[in-house]
Amino acid sequence: MYVAVKGGERAIDAAHDWLAEERRGDPEVPELSLAQIREQMSLAVNRVMAEGSLYDPELAALAIKQARGDLIEAIFLIRAYRTTLPRIGHSRAVDTGAMRCDRRVSATFKDAPGGQVLGPTFDYTHRLLDFKLAAEGAAPVARQAEPTEAPTPRITEFLNRDGLIQDEAHSDETPADMTRQPMEYPADRALRLQALTRGDEGFVLGMAYSTQRGYGRNHPFVGELRIGAVEVEMEISELGFDICIGEVTLTECETVNQFMGSKTEPAQFTRGYGLVFGQTERKAISMALVDRALRWEELGEENVGAPAQDEEFVLAHSDNIQATGFLEHIKLPHYVDFQSELELVRKMRREAEGSMKEAAE
Amino acid sequence: MNVTEVGTEARQRWMGLLARAPAARLAELFEAAVAAPAHAWLRMPETGGVMVRGRAGGTGAPFNMGEMTVTRCALRLETGEVGHGYVQGRDKTHAERAALVDALMQGPKAETLREAVIAPLAEAEAASRRERAAKAAATKVEFFTMVRGED
Amino acid sequence: MRDDALSGGFTDAPVEAARAFRAALEAMACPGSLHEVAGAEAPAPLSTAAAVLLLTLCDGETPLYLAPGHDTQGVRDWIAFQVGAPMVGPSEAMFALGRWDALAPHDAYAIGTAEYPDRSVTLIVEMEELRAEGVRLTGPGIETEAHLSLPETAAFQRNAGRFPLGWDCYFTCEGRLAALPRTTRTEAL
Repeated sequence: MYVAVKGGERAIDAAHDWLAEERRGDPEVPELSLAQIREQMSLAVNRVMAEGSLYDPELAALAIKQARGDLIEAIFLIRAYRTTLPRIGHSRAVDTGAMRCDRRVSATFKDAPGGQVLGPTFDYTHRLLDFKLAAEGAAPVARQAEPTEAPTPRITEFLNRDGLIQDEAHSDETPADMTRQPMEYPADRALRLQALTRGDEGFVLGMAYSTQRGYGRNHPFVGELRIGAVEVEMEISELGFDICIGEVTLTECETVNQFMGSKTEPAQFTRGYGLVFGQTERKAISMALVDRALRWEELGEENVGAPAQDEEFVLAHSDNIQATGFLEHIKLPHYVDFQSELELVRKMRREAEGSMKEAAE
Repeated sequence: MNVTEVGTEARQRWMGLLARAPAARLAELFEAAVAAPAHAWLRMPETGGVMVRGRAGGTGAPFNMGEMTVTRCALRLETGEVGHGYVQGRDKTHAERAALVDALMQGPKAETLREAVIAPLAEAEAASRRERAAKAAATKVEFFTMVRGED
Repeated sequence: MRDDALSGGFTDAPVEAARAFRAALEAMACPGSLHEVAGAEAPAPLSTAAAVLLLTLCDGETPLYLAPGHDTQGVRDWIAFQVGAPMVGPSEAMFALGRWDALAPHDAYAIGTAEYPDRSVTLIVEMEELRAEGVRLTGPGIETEAHLSLPETAAFQRNAGRFPLGWDCYFTCEGRLAALPRTTRTEAL
């Protein structure tokens, strides 16, 4: 039975009005500008761009403002917006080796060429609340030093030179796109990486953590973590050559994982890979760990039944917009569904009572 | 100058610079340099998404990361030069100015534009990149050995 | 790139594309019905109607095959700027454009899969003439019967026999278009 019910329009309008008022908060307090959010809440902006799967800091700032700081709601807004954009094309694969690094650290080689560059990190802060920030002060000024012109080669390149790490086969194959075709399992690595880079930070972090705690352990070292700007290039068909169409900040994490070898592979190091929009370090490291866990089959490892090895489980549950859409819909009216459940329970109770009476007689 | 005489590399450089330039700065420089020439649209400015790709392991097979917003247009000046604008973001006048500069750079005003628009944009970009690199350099770790154990 | 590649697209794309899409939709919904479209001017031998269909249905994500006769530098350049569709061979194409004979063999195209019957080609067939006479059409979208000056019937009968798989066709001539989906039955008179 399906019963269409109409009503509640006035209530909905009033709820929207109140939402707008609450979003603004106390009018005595100055209103936030998008520039303020973009500049001063930049890691929130980065997360919204990464999981919203659209690099546009202004739009992400607007989404955060509209969503009252609820980042998943903001990501939802960005996802909805991006579906309205015509697809102009795709870029050349970005060259992260040419990244202008704000930060570049390696946990495996102290004296890596290019050095250990900390960048604007929280790492060595004491995690004590800084009450000075509660008051307005002069804008802080960062120190500067003479930059070196020397390149910052990839850490994995050294290991690769000695054949100590599994090679990453170069190709120019067109990767499948989960935003264009429905996911099919088993998914190839390109699809897995796409799902992970736009996946929920909390979920990917939890999955990565589970591998560290022993559910599909893969012994990762952060071979290299780099954050910085790369130019994006695209082939323009009407011009017949590539041009740079802009610049994006990315976080890249390459893990070097212990690997004892298998039936098909000699003992060597293997890799996990994370690449995420913005300064999004936790997410990039998590992505690399989960990527590595999902590669058990191609590396001939044993499936120990760990959640992080289960491709369908990971990929089908990593998207917070799918998840929240399905989860939150259960609070919307289900009057009719519930009515039928109620009928069913009453009927079962009546039948049970009837048979109990019969048994007593 | 004939369109085909413009070197591809030079054109790639200025188109990239225009794509990355802050829209407000480009507007300022452009308006100070020349009066906007009359033109006909070949493609009206339109905003869309470009799927950005990365490579597994940084060097392996490509995968799709996510999109970025890009606005593009194409136009023809009354003098015949065709300009293309592809710029990051959603600003249609940014794309229009980029296309106008691209067209003018192929004609007799190229030198004026190079001096008044391209050079200052390139300088500003280089300066801001240098500053960021200098800040990063200041956070580079200098290791020194405190105590070395007996071996 | 030749200069004429840069002109001849829609001047008011949202409105013109919406009108053209409506015509394309009606044509497919009522097989055999004729529709006039306008707004595109492409290099020869591309007809106005075929150019309008390309502008309306194709973009950078719809691989396109140009059959011999239509595969000219002028047409390629025009499509590169106006449409952006990647050029591919028949088996990978989502759209294929050309004269009926040039499009042969007609079994070389994608006809979809059981899970995704929509992953099939749409043929845009350029015609010398296109009139509502000749082959009898019956089936969904046709109240009693319709007629269309098709180049043959055997290939269309074979195609309909593969339903739900198969390809769909547009026929174009100057500014006129008609369509024949895989659901239509054809009979030579």
